[in-house]
Amino acid sequence: MKELICIVCPRGCHISVDENMNISGNTCPRGKEYAINEMTHPTRMITSTVVIDGMELKRLPVMTSAPIPKDRIFDVMEEINKARAKAPVKIKDVIIKDVLGLGVDIVATRNIS
Amino acid sequence: MNGTVKYDLVIVGGGSAGLAAAVAAYDSGIRSILVLEKDKYLGGILLQCIHNGFGLHEFKEEMAGPEYAQRFIDQVKERGIECKTNAMVLDITPDRKVHYSSLEDGYVVVEAGAVICSTGCSERTRGAINIPGTRPSGILTAGLAQRYLNIEGYMVGKRVFILGSGDIGLIMARRMTLEGAKVLGVAELMPYSNGLNRNIVQCLHDYNIPLYLHHTVKEIIGKDHIEKVVICPVDDNLKFIEGQDMTFEVDTLLLSVGLLPNNPLLEKIGVRMHPKTKGPVVNEDLETSIPGIFACGNSLHVHDLVDFVSAEGRLAGKNAARFLNGGLGDDTAVIDIAPLNGIGYVLPSLTHLDSIDDTVLKFRVKQPYNNVYINIKVNGQSVKRLKKPYLLPAEMENIPLKGLELQAFAGDKMEMTVEVEES
Repeated sequence: MKELICIVCPRGCHISVDENMNISGNTCPRGKEYAINEMTHPTRMITSTVVIDGMELKRLPVMTSAPIPKDRIFDVMEEINKARAKAPVKIKDVIIKDVLGLGVDIVATRNIS
Repeated sequence: MNGTVKYDLVIVGGGSAGLAAAVAAYDSGIRSILVLEKDKYLGGILLQCIHNGFGLHEFKEEMAGPEYAQRFIDQVKERGIECKTNAMVLDITPDRKVHYSSLEDGYVVVEAGAVICSTGCSERTRGAINIPGTRPSGILTAGLAQRYLNIEGYMVGKRVFILGSGDIGLIMARRMTLEGAKVLGVAELMPYSNGLNRNIVQCLHDYNIPLYLHHTVKEIIGKDHIEKVVICPVDDNLKFIEGQDMTFEVDTLLLSVGLLPNNPLLEKIGVRMHPKTKGPVVNEDLETSIPGIFACGNSLHVHDLVDFVSAEGRLAGKNAARFLNGGLGDDTAVIDIAPLNGIGYVLPSLTHLDSIDDTVLKFRVKQPYNNVYINIKVNGQSVKRLKKPYLLPAEMENIPLKGLELQAFAGDKMEMTVEVEES
């Protein structure tokens, strides 16, 4: 039995999922879908910063271009921490292409000139 | 440029509220606008909020804070609105003279037709909550740690405890974990969290960080730097329950114990302040008790979503333009608005009979509720009753009054109340 708090809306239903993937506690179909995703292939967006060689700012904020598998978060963080960017950078510029072969890029979320 | 200059509209603060206000005022026909920002960059606190989730309401997409800020900076730049950064406003006078100082311009007095204050909020500090124990280093607010880490690139510690379950604290629990720190737990004095559910789940549960509800810091131990923090559960009267201390070895204690609207300049000139929000009292036009001075964003009341800050900024910008273009015309009967049972605060504090269609009530409940009604009454008589499956203190509620018929009450003194009605 696994207990989840649904985050699809602010209501925050407490959802239970048993060994046979029977789902209870949700009050809408979106909650059921959320619980199935969380149990089968949970994913997360990751945001962090990379070092930037520039005039004024020392850190460039970055984000994954799409959600990554939850169990790869710390692997991706390691790659982000190895990266360096060089100014000028624009929002959505790719800082790491196809990180760890996950099919997701690490992109800038701030313009730095 | 020392001296005196004139602008129709001066906006104090170039963060999410101020930028949206500038755009809306421009789009309402005002061309002489000056935005004054004390920081080196426009964008305000969004620049350090590198996590995503901003913009779902405004742009129907989720983006990081700096990216959301850039959308508004672009809108301001496209319109050629004048913005000064590194410009610190020192005084706002009741006759709308704005005094600022900057390296570039020196000391300048701006004669403004209207002023919008969008000066954001500040974090409550250790002094505000009286934590017992010694006074070592290593204790700082979550937002300050966020700035050090996300803008300056410094980690403030490796073994972290967080007091308070506000959203910034939760976001920092995840952020510091991702950067290699061990976050030992989050203590919340109340029996429920003040943070959004999605932050509880994605910042704490994802990383197995325990949340100790109904707990607080009992003691801080450490001579020069913090070494240990003692956490203890509290009873319903918020008194420590003896014999249940937990001691954590830490090098950092982050405080996420609430935000307070930042209005020293308005307080100084006697603008009427709201006892609950700690921001100014405003009418439906977001005008303060001094005509022509408007307030919006987190300096008016603390928001949970920046999208709502932008919307409020737009309303202030639009109304400042109306004020400049011949007046707000608020001359119909006044309706005072007050919170009752279960409601922490409600804004605006007053509206006018002819403005009911444009009035949106914003309020927060004092505690979580399930399956209740929100009952809006005028002079004790129910005029609107809405079923709510759930209400949370962390979520600001919006109820538009559009279409409400109150003519029957005209002539009497009108008081509108908002309350939670448990079924």
